[in-house]
Formats: sequence, C-alpha cells, structure tokens
Amino acid sequence: MEQVGQRKIDGLWLTVVGIAVLFFLILPTLIVIPMSFSGASFLEFPPTSFSFRWYTAYFTSSEWMSATKTSLIAAVLTTAIATPLGSLCAYGLHCSTPRIRNTAQILVIMPIVVPVILIAVGVFSLYAKLGLNYTLTGIVIAHTALALPFVIVTVMSGLQNYDFDQELAARSLGASRAYALWTVTVPQVKFSIQTGAFLAFITSLDEVVISMLISGGDNATITRRMFNSLRDQLDPTIAAISTCLIVVSVGMLIGVQLIGRGKDKTK
Amino acid sequence: MTTAAQSLPIDIANLSKAYGSVKALLDVSLNIAAGEFLTLLGPSGSGKTTLLMALAGFVRPDGGSIRFGDQEMIATPPHKRGLGMVFQSYALFPFMTVAENVAYPLKVRGVSKSDQKTRAERALDTVQLGGYGDRRITQLSGGQRQRVALARAMVFEPQIILMDEPLSALDKKLREDMQIELKALHQKLDATVVYVTHDQREALTMSDRIAVVNHGRIEQVETPERLYRQPHSFFVADFIGESVSLPVEVTNDKAQLGGRLLKSDLPIAIGRGGHRLVIRPELLEVTAGAVPETANDLSGHVHDIIYQGDSVLVIVQHDSAGQINVRVPANRAGQTGLPSKGERIGLALHPEDTIIVPEHVA
Repeated sequence: MEQVGQRKIDGLWLTVVGIAVLFFLILPTLIVIPMSFSGASFLEFPPTSFSFRWYTAYFTSSEWMSATKTSLIAAVLTTAIATPLGSLCAYGLHCSTPRIRNTAQILVIMPIVVPVILIAVGVFSLYAKLGLNYTLTGIVIAHTALALPFVIVTVMSGLQNYDFDQELAARSLGASRAYALWTVTVPQVKFSIQTGAFLAFITSLDEVVISMLISGGDNATITRRMFNSLRDQLDPTIAAISTCLIVVSVGMLIGVQLIGRGKDKTK
Repeated sequence: MTTAAQSLPIDIANLSKAYGSVKALLDVSLNIAAGEFLTLLGPSGSGKTTLLMALAGFVRPDGGSIRFGDQEMIATPPHKRGLGMVFQSYALFPFMTVAENVAYPLKVRGVSKSDQKTRAERALDTVQLGGYGDRRITQLSGGQRQRVALARAMVFEPQIILMDEPLSALDKKLREDMQIELKALHQKLDATVVYVTHDQREALTMSDRIAVVNHGRIEQVETPERLYRQPHSFFVADFIGESVSLPVEVTNDKAQLGGRLLKSDLPIAIGRGGHRLVIRPELLEVTAGAVPETANDLSGHVHDIIYQGDSVLVIVQHDSAGQINVRVPANRAGQTGLPSKGERIGLALHPEDTIIVPEHVA
C-alpha cells in the first residue's frame, strides 16, 4: 500500500512539474493574443478594452501587406525548392556508404550549428558582389540554405524506418529507379517529407537575422518590418500580426498532423 | 524442369567483387541450366548474397560476365533484367493491398487494368491465397506474406526467379512445409530458380544442384546426394550434414589412419593442407562380431549413449584416433541391444562410405 501511495505522489509531482514547464513554454506566446485585441494605443497586459483596431490597422496598411506578401512568397518558394532538394539529398545520403553519409551529414547540419548572424554577414557580403541584396531571389536562396538541413534530417529519419528492400524489390520487378522511388518509397516517407516542408516554410517565415541584412525596400520581409516597428514605435499592430502568424503556424502544424495521422506507421 | 523452352540458362564467368580489401567474390564461374533449381549455400559472409545481388543487378561486379541465355547482363540495370525476386524481409509494399502488390510488376509493364486483375488473381490462386486480394499486408501472417511475395515475383512469368533466404523468418514447421511447396511450385513454373540459404538441410531438400560458397569462392557444385556422399573439401563435408572427422595420412592416393590403410571406393579430391577422414554417424555399421575384412575397422569402447527420440547417438572412444559418433535408429537400438558404457563395440565403415577430403580446396 505504501508503495502505491508513494507512486501516486511521484505521479502527482510529475504532472505538476510537466504542466509548469508547458506553461512557461507556451505563456509568452499566448500573451500576445489578448494584447492584440486591446483598444489602447500601446502594448498592455492585461488589456483594459477590447477592439479589432490593430487588425484593421494591419490589414489596411499597404506597407504591412507588401511585407506579408514578400514573406509568404519567400516562404512558399523556399518550401517548393527546399523540399524536393532536401528529400533527394536525404535519399542520396541514405543510399551512400556510411563514410560519405557521416561526413555529408556534418556538412549538411552546418547551417543549423553556425550562428545565424555569421551566415547573415557572409550572405550579405556575397550578395553585395552579386547584386542580390534587397531581392526576392536573394531571400529565397538564403532561406533555402537555412531550411535544407531541416528537410534532410526529417526525411533521413523517415527513411531509416523504411525497409529499403522494398525499393530493390520494385526495381527487380521491372520498375526504373525513379519510378520505384516515386511509387514505393515516397508514399511511405510522405509524412516525413510533409514535416520537412512544414519546417522549411516556418524557417523562412520566421527568419529575422538574415532578412534584417539582405531584405528591404519593396522586398522587406514581415519579420524585418516587425523588428523595425518594435524599435520605432511599439504599437499593438505587432501583437495582431504575431497572432496571425501563430494562427498560420499552428494551423499548418495541425494540418500536417491530421494528414499524417495513420500514415508512415506501416512497417 | 519439364518445359525448358521458356526458362533461361545463366552463365556466370570469372565474376569478382571486392569491397575495399575484402574480396566478396573471387573469380566465380558457374553455369546454371535452364529450368534448374540451384541453391547457393554458405555461411554468412561467404559471398552468396553478393553473388545473388550481382545477378539481380544491385551489385556491380569488378569484373567478369553474367549471361542470361545469349544476353550479356553485366551492364543491364536491374529493372531490365526481367527477374522475379523474393527477399528475406518479403519487401511487400505495406500501403497497397495484396492484389495491388501482386499486380505491381504488371502495372509497371503497362498491362491493362483488367488483365492485371485476372493475372494477379491467378497468381494468388497458385500460392493458395485465392480470395485474399483485398486484404491489407498487415492482416497477413508470416507464411501468407511469404506467399504474396512469391506470387508477386512470378505473376509476370519471369524466366528467372531469385530468392534470398525467403523462408528464414518462418518457424521450423512452416518452413519445412513451404520447402516442399516451393519445390512443387518450381516444377509447375517455367523458370530457372537461384535460391540463397545458409540452411544446409533446406538446400538438400529443395535443390536440383547446390553450389557451396565459402570465402567468395564456389567450393563445389553438385546434386544434393553427390554433395553429401562425395564432398570435395573438408569445408563442404563439415558444412553439409552431421560428421566427425579424423586426421589421416595420404601418400600416393592411399590414406592411412593410425598406421592402418583405409579402404575407400571414393576418389580423393585435390587440395591443400592435410587430409581428414569424414565419418557420417548414420553410415557406420554396428557389428555384432568382428568387423568384416572388406570394411574399415573403427571399433572402440562406448564412451556415452545419448537418447535423441528418433535415434540413439553412441559416442565411441576409438583405440587410437579419438572420438567417433555413431547414430543408430531408436527402434533398431532397442532390438539389437547396444553395448553399455565402457564395453567394446564393433564399428564397420564400408569403402563406399569412406570419405577422405583435403583440408582446403585447390
């Protein structure tokens, strides 16, 4: 009996600590939501009045809308390039010898390990020579480089749980390598690819540091504009935009989870 | 073996493959007849799977030739070799139904939907899984998955079927049933089968011929019976069947055991190293009196008697050469009454059963 009692107390502690950790993780994110509905002209918590004025401000401002458009286009293009490229890279590494794979894996992870500010400075000086600063192309290339490791890592882990003999079987049964890859392997790592695509999208959408240096003018990203706005005038439009970003991110995350449910589980 | 018009012979010549300093295949040559059931038998790491993968086109050999019929295949990609292949893991596609799995090779070949359906059903009937087409792979037992893999490998009527340890994941009883079934299926199909296994009993049961692979080389290719009765090397003799071996002296094709000449009807294969006398426990004859002049006398004292259900294993301490095992069927052991521990037992090894092999092949 004593043991059961002890176990119950342990379980209680675990629950309390777990909830506390979740609370601290999520709270800073959630706090902007009520702030965005405030009627006051400055960021306040808790809000004293309710209004949609900051949402109206956001959606009617041509500057904010242009920045949003730039960010969304950059994110979509980054996803469209990084997902197939990263997936093929993961596939190639999966098929190569362990020595090549291990070496390549370290190189591929570099953009995650190296401080982003260093990459930003490097990219900026390179782009200055190439004339790519303040261009959408420049943003997409830089974001793709940042997003690739996420796609590669997720797809590689998906491939590790996949019985590669299936692809060999398909090829021996008459399918070309590309056809076998498309009809047998891809359907079984689809969820990993979707997750990788999602991470690529978010990586691009959330990216601040590189965008601060290389985006601007007509091609300023929303994160860059938010940062500038924070510095200049702390107005609750930022909270409204943040809320929109949270809704987009969480919505996509739930979408990926829903699509992926029950798939990729077959082994 | 009935209709050799369809199936293709396989000619492998001087095939070699090295992984760094490890030589997986060493100048391997092997001719497989059309319609033959040939087994590549060897321990793990012997090179048998590398050889099969080279046939399938997944391993690129460093040199040599592989011909299916008249066609050189060495540079042909796997999907153009027209092979059916069965993997150890079955490699079924879990997101497709049984019927979709079986129809996959037909779909790849652009066969019409309706033809795909009828041919897949026919293939499933052949492996006794008629009516299972709509099931999911995850709903099937191991044995059923094995059958689906077989149906998928033969649905497009390939002239050559490769199998990589297809039964090793099944339990013993099911495995033995499937061996008989596969053998029967091969006789029905018009295909040359190359089968890889490390299980010597499975190889003996199923094969027309067995190629014993060791250290990247083929040590011997023979029919199961001849392989068992006339091994060419100590490795083959030891790997196949049960045996004990004793070192013997060979000079001028005559072997001596403990100073006494051994009578043997079997030729001694050429090789390196010393020679050994290989004694199969069931080929020794227990004699009531003295061992007849025509046979080799291996008499000794009974060291131990072990009851094993279907037979009794008698461990005999030979006068000079060491321990010898003798297997006596349990019913006969009961009738004749074996000597008890410590007593003398007469053992005759007949010249036709006297196997003398070199330690290593030439």
